[in-house]
Amino acid sequence: MALPLKLEKTHKTPGVTLAGETLALDLSGGLWLPEHRTLVVSDLHLEKGSAYAARSGQFLPPYDTRETLATLHEAVARLEPARVVALGDSFHDAQGPSRLDVADRALIAALQEGRDWIWISGNHDRAVQDGVGGRFADTLAVGGLTLRHEPAAAPEPGEVAGHFHPVGKVAMRGRAVRRRCFVLDATRLVMPAFGSLTGGLNVRDKVFDELFPGGFTAHLIGDGRVFAISRTMLTRE
Amino acid sequence: MPKKRSPLPSLPDSPALPAAFAQWFAARGWAPRPHQLALLAAAQAGRSALLVAPTGAGKTLAGFLPTLVELAERAGTGGLHTLYISPLKALAVDIARNLEAPVAGIGLEPRVRIETRTGDTPSHKRSRQVARPPHILLTTPEQLALLVAHREAAELFSGLKRVVLDELHALVTSKRGDLLSLGLARLHRLAPGLATTGLSATVREPDALRRYLVPQVPAPAMADLITVAGGARADLHMLETGRTLPLAGHTAWQSMPAVYDLIRRHKLVLVFVNTRLQAEYTFQELWNLNDDGLPIALHHGSLDATQRRKVEAAMAAGVLRAVVCTATLDLGIDWGDVDLVINIGAPKGASRIMQRIGRANHRMDEPSKAYLVPANRFEMLECRAALDAVEAAAQDTPDPRIGALDVLAQHVLGMACAGPFSEDDLYDEVRAASPYADLTRDDFLLVLDYVATGGYALRAYERFAKILRGPDGLWRVRDARTAQQYRMNVGTIVESTTVKVRLARRNRTKPGSVLPAGGRVLGEIEEDFAETLTVGDTFLFAGEILRFEGLHEDEALVTRGPPGTDPAIPSYAGSKFPLSTFLAARVRALIADPFEWDRLPAQVADYLVQQRRRSVLPGPRDLLVETFPRANRYYLACFPFEGRLAHQTLGMLLTRRLERAGMRPLGFAANDYGLAVFGTRDLSERIGREPGFLDGLFAEDMLGDDLEEWLDESAMMKRTFRQCAVIAGLIERRHPGQRKTGRQVTISTDLIYDVLRKHQPGHLLLRAARQDAATGLLDVARLGMMLARIQGRIIHKALDRVSPLAVNVMLEIGRERVYGEGADEILAEAEAALLDEALA
Repeated sequence: MALPLKLEKTHKTPGVTLAGETLALDLSGGLWLPEHRTLVVSDLHLEKGSAYAARSGQFLPPYDTRETLATLHEAVARLEPARVVALGDSFHDAQGPSRLDVADRALIAALQEGRDWIWISGNHDRAVQDGVGGRFADTLAVGGLTLRHEPAAAPEPGEVAGHFHPVGKVAMRGRAVRRRCFVLDATRLVMPAFGSLTGGLNVRDKVFDELFPGGFTAHLIGDGRVFAISRTMLTRE
Repeated sequence: MPKKRSPLPSLPDSPALPAAFAQWFAARGWAPRPHQLALLAAAQAGRSALLVAPTGAGKTLAGFLPTLVELAERAGTGGLHTLYISPLKALAVDIARNLEAPVAGIGLEPRVRIETRTGDTPSHKRSRQVARPPHILLTTPEQLALLVAHREAAELFSGLKRVVLDELHALVTSKRGDLLSLGLARLHRLAPGLATTGLSATVREPDALRRYLVPQVPAPAMADLITVAGGARADLHMLETGRTLPLAGHTAWQSMPAVYDLIRRHKLVLVFVNTRLQAEYTFQELWNLNDDGLPIALHHGSLDATQRRKVEAAMAAGVLRAVVCTATLDLGIDWGDVDLVINIGAPKGASRIMQRIGRANHRMDEPSKAYLVPANRFEMLECRAALDAVEAAAQDTPDPRIGALDVLAQHVLGMACAGPFSEDDLYDEVRAASPYADLTRDDFLLVLDYVATGGYALRAYERFAKILRGPDGLWRVRDARTAQQYRMNVGTIVESTTVKVRLARRNRTKPGSVLPAGGRVLGEIEEDFAETLTVGDTFLFAGEILRFEGLHEDEALVTRGPPGTDPAIPSYAGSKFPLSTFLAARVRALIADPFEWDRLPAQVADYLVQQRRRSVLPGPRDLLVETFPRANRYYLACFPFEGRLAHQTLGMLLTRRLERAGMRPLGFAANDYGLAVFGTRDLSERIGREPGFLDGLFAEDMLGDDLEEWLDESAMMKRTFRQCAVIAGLIERRHPGQRKTGRQVTISTDLIYDVLRKHQPGHLLLRAARQDAATGLLDVARLGMMLARIQGRIIHKALDRVSPLAVNVMLEIGRERVYGEGADEILAEAEAALLDEALA
């Protein structure tokens, strides 16, 4: 029963490679490509709270954008990327940018300053094409990797995608822990959602069996580090 | 209903009682009881009144008599005259049925129409009830909320003369009571001549209920009080089997043969237990002993509703000999002629035990017969204290509530749905409700702002406002959709989300697998519990050992477990009441006074003598702290007797403080009587070396920053927040039958909580959640009282081994989670499994 009281917090992860590229799975939920000084973040879903208020009258706290940008700011300050790629669904809906608070708009501009910034379009924000700085693209090649929002039907070696908001669940000794995760096999990587108010899809969903027919490893984001966990240890909802 | 033999002298015909009524009583050989006439007199004088009476005193007829008399004398049809509100919809339906006889007998039919309105009432009937109301409408607090929020409410209630509130003592202790008080305040405004009648079991503070019944604006006021004394004294005993009871544990297996024997010798026995797990266990034990094949049934909140209805019907039909049940049968309807009540485990509270005893022999003039069955030696102490309390007719019902802000938010939106309101008027109206009498104008405005735009410092939602103030200064609801949302989310009961338990069929073509469809639904389990199960786990449910086969959509699939196996998963979340403050004080007094020990079973007295010899017995106001080493660990045990919830909170706080003091605590365990913290550093040595260490450890300031820090992180706080968020309409209620889609669309309230806490810690809903935590799940208020009580009264004993008192709580260790065992430890273990796999 004796347990260490605190595990040390670390952002470093053991080397993971995909299509010959070295990847660091960051504790923030971002993907760091050290050789390209590129930070990839997926599914920010900015202005999700205000989208709910506008659409359904549920007044979720309007701080989700601020929170997501703060986490992103922390990662950017630490890693100092030359390039940031937002891997689609960066805004929860097409009107998201128009609802941005002045301060949040300024935060985005500050993050973009002095670096290349690419908005990959996703299904939620396909209509967003300007007004938020940066460049817009459908896909982007970085070294041996192809970055796009939704994974392609046919597996393409070196694909990095988002869209599915994967979460993994571990149940043990009467406790269940459910966390966002990176899902990885030898050919592709599906990234966790970076946004502060985003839900998740369990990696035991059949979607992931189709994406990873040969099985996968899920890297769950813990409090202090990222944990590599085999599919067999993960439970359904 | 009146009984054939009244213990009270029959009075001559009261002038207040019309001839038809007097004849109806006389024809049955009955006489109206004095309290029934007193209530009638109060009503005729237009006064509100609280009737406090024991079970079987004819409370219900007393409540309706003034209405029936008035309706009998009234010419013409008229509109809604009386509202009856009960905490249980089944009770409302039952009362309606019971009123049929007197209404027909007195010749009020068909002139007087009586109807019920519950969640089950079809919508066409509900519309008709508003357009063409009955004279008497029997309903629930939730339905009242919907009715006063109706656009026709002013018309509907303009002629209302009386509101009868049944089981008022049970209603006012919860958020439902807050909601009801606000509905009542609105009724008082719509029908200025309204008089209320509260019906209650014996309570400690009737004045709180008297205030609840009448408006507190313009000035504090109280309803009249009518008390019916006594009733027959209960025939109440502690079951003594002569067998030695263990020092801990709650199953009472040693007493099961004696319990079974009592069932054999009675017609219908209610066997009450405190948790669903105990219900399952007790049922199974009795079934194992049931050589006579007696019809014994099980009744608890997780069982499928149709199965519960079947058990109730069987009780009413007289075909059952015993029912093992939880609090689900505490209140309400008498399903049969119960001649014995058995309460297994600790009574936990004097009022609770009296309510349960009252379920037997529902006649005021005959004694109810009941046994208390302790499961361990501590519970013997508690049973003794409860017997004394019942003997003294002492009560431990909780203090009156301070109205919850989340409930107020729900009500404010409802009032906007009813029609335009002015800020000033609504503020005055709300303060007329006794739980909200002290509401400040600032807080009221915060609630208004919350309802309108979410109450955020970042004014992001002004243009989506749900309620808007017009140029005339009146607030109105935005649109019909918002009103519809209000109606879908009304009420204060937030069920923990559950999943159905379905018996799966084995797949013949693929051995070892199951088919998802086709089997019977056994009941429901909490989602939180289901989430912790892995395939192959066995657990006890619905009287059987079940094997978990996996979740399919929103159902837990199970198969019958192999016979003779022990369930692997020890328990699942079920209600567990903490020991009441009042009973705890009695237990402390009992322990402190050796002259009282004669009245205890010998094994308990011996145990206390042993404790005095090896350590010390604390005085009734003292806190005993023992420190001792055991198997490479150092322990600190203390015995506040303040209930498990308060002890768990105390345990968390002590562990934090010990860690800060460098004492390396590893974990703690708590039960209703005390707690034990353990670690790797010698606590006796530190306390001996550093005078004031212990006083500092237990200083009241732990309720400051330490508590705040821990509270904010605790899972219980998040659960509490979720309830507030649902009640206040921040997130929509999940309705039964509403399926989760594969892609999770619901927004996690944990995420909302974290974001809100970081960016606006003073938000209304966080305040509401903290207020709930103070009195509810974490019992912080009680902990505060305890810390104040023990200042300067801590008695420390450094021992070389565990004391008899400490054994009880030490046995809890290993059943609870260990301090510091966070998510990462679980993940690390799962990761290690992957490494093992790789290296194998």
